[in-house]
Amino acid sequence: MSFITVRNMGKRYESGGVPVDALNGVSLQVGQGEFLAVVGESGSGKSTLLSLLGGLDRPTEGSLEVDGLDVYSLRGEKLADFRSEYLGFVFQSFQLIPYLTTLENTMLPLAIAPMKNREKRAAGIHALRRVGLEDKIDRLPHQLSGGEQERAALARAIVNDPPVLLADEPTGNLDSKNGEAVMNLLKDLNREGITIVMVTHNLGYTRYASRTIKLQDGRIVPFTDDDSSCAVTFETERKTAEEGGDSSGAARIAVPVTAAVPVT
Amino acid sequence: MKLRNIALSNIKRRKAKISFLLAGLMVGVATVVALVTITITLNQDIEEKLDRFGANIVISPRTEGLSLAYGGISLGGVSYNVKEISSEEVARIDRIKNRKNIKVIAPKTLGVVAISSKSVLLAGIDVPRELEMKQWWQIEGRAPETDSEVLAGKVVAESLGLSPGSSIAIKGRELKVSGVIGATGSQDDEILFTSIATAQSLLGKEGLYSLVEVSALCRDCPVDEIVAQISAQIPGARVSAVQQVVKSKMQALDHLVKLTMGISAVVLFIGVLIVMVTMMGSIKERTREIGIFRAIGFRQGHIMKIILLEAVIVSFAAGVLGWIFGIGVAKVSLPLFAEGEAGAVALNLSLAVGAVLMAVLTGLLSSIYPAMKAVRMAPNEALRILY
Repeated sequence: MSFITVRNMGKRYESGGVPVDALNGVSLQVGQGEFLAVVGESGSGKSTLLSLLGGLDRPTEGSLEVDGLDVYSLRGEKLADFRSEYLGFVFQSFQLIPYLTTLENTMLPLAIAPMKNREKRAAGIHALRRVGLEDKIDRLPHQLSGGEQERAALARAIVNDPPVLLADEPTGNLDSKNGEAVMNLLKDLNREGITIVMVTHNLGYTRYASRTIKLQDGRIVPFTDDDSSCAVTFETERKTAEEGGDSSGAARIAVPVTAAVPVT
Repeated sequence: MKLRNIALSNIKRRKAKISFLLAGLMVGVATVVALVTITITLNQDIEEKLDRFGANIVISPRTEGLSLAYGGISLGGVSYNVKEISSEEVARIDRIKNRKNIKVIAPKTLGVVAISSKSVLLAGIDVPRELEMKQWWQIEGRAPETDSEVLAGKVVAESLGLSPGSSIAIKGRELKVSGVIGATGSQDDEILFTSIATAQSLLGKEGLYSLVEVSALCRDCPVDEIVAQISAQIPGARVSAVQQVVKSKMQALDHLVKLTMGISAVVLFIGVLIVMVTMMGSIKERTREIGIFRAIGFRQGHIMKIILLEAVIVSFAAGVLGWIFGIGVAKVSLPLFAEGEAGAVALNLSLAVGAVLMAVLTGLLSSIYPAMKAVRMAPNEALRILY
């Protein structure tokens, strides 16, 4: 049964007076407990889709249903309440609050919850234990390694037991060893019943997902075996674009990588 | 973990940025506190100095005639139906509503006596009160300490050949000259002063006063009100304000207060702008954080609460520190303005409360606009700063 239903969703931006369709007629269903990977080139609309699934923006057209709730019919701060109740976010680049300790960062979503401090602390420590960071609760983010920061961000995303976890490039700033560790954690959480939607450039990580969709120019296109064999295509393209200083985020033509490196 | 813990952690762990904000606000508060304190203290100083110029209210018996004297030159004239002021009436001055504004009440009994065949004006005075009011008197010798001593004005002393230690006889009573007042250029030069008791007994005016001079501090009330209040207490007397002295006194104070208020307003305005710009920069820097807060489900109100709580804590501390610093600056700089004569710095409770309130209000007002702008931003827009 579908837990998340996206119907004919579109998002149009104005860029220099020119309308740009970041997302165009996307329809999608995600079942409860599913692990969905969303891949695509830079500017294909992955992050736009994730922010619309997270209720962070409003679509130009279409609708979103989560657990039978018509998300974009919610007005005012009800949308914030929806995020608090249903979603856990894992952002690119960890995004921990620099002046809060690991435990405080983890407990952040509970700051607005009607719970006793003791219960919040217990929930925070439990979440950190799940990601293997229980011995670093008093460290500030800058005192943690990249992998540890990502795990702390993951602990924060799951501290209030959300049914859905939205992850935007969760391994984007990690080396392959830490990247694999984080992916294993996500897989474990998924096995425990959390529905996960993950945006990634690294096609190698799609093997952790139960299903993969590909976005191209704001539309869902078939994800083929060819795509999965070019495991690092998008990753290489992303890094090339970043090194070239191109960060406009607009749709761009994928640079074909001829020497595809197989995933190990 | 509550919202206030987030605010407190930010203050605790971002010391450098918070200190900068605190210092900016503190300097503004300290400047205003120093200016106001200096003005208050200078006001008191000026009031004290102006009060040394003598009485500003004169109570005299009501008469039917007109005085024909100007600048010490008497052209005669007749006063009749003079009903002098009784000591009971003088005591009533203390009962007026604005009695706290009255600094000195100096009653006098006047009359003419003959000394060595010359007519001399004898004035019975309450010596300590008179000396308090006429601090410019330069006495050669000393002021009278007993009822058998007199103090001579310069012209009288020269005319009668008096000097400290010499004696005179009035109506058969031997009186010793305790001192001679240096030339004042006023009527005092032509008067022989003694105690009230002695004058009343020599003049046959026991319990009666010819004139009461009053020195009133008129900062908080118009002198006209005091005059009216005294008139109501002593209906038989003529109470008049020495308008020139009072008005110049009030004008001097008014100008000083206006100047201070103007400078304070400018300083405050600049302070608010600086704090506002700093706050805006600080909140803009935190857009990323605000995006994260919004994404994990914080309502706009939750974020406003965090930002405003921080602003209140920081600006409260800035208010208290600014007040202490301002008082310190006032203390150090007052001698420069008051030529070392100013008394202790006036510690004013309402100024302390006002300084803290002003700081908190400035902090809050400066934060509200950028905070509202930041929280109203769509979470997605705030988060876009992440990429």
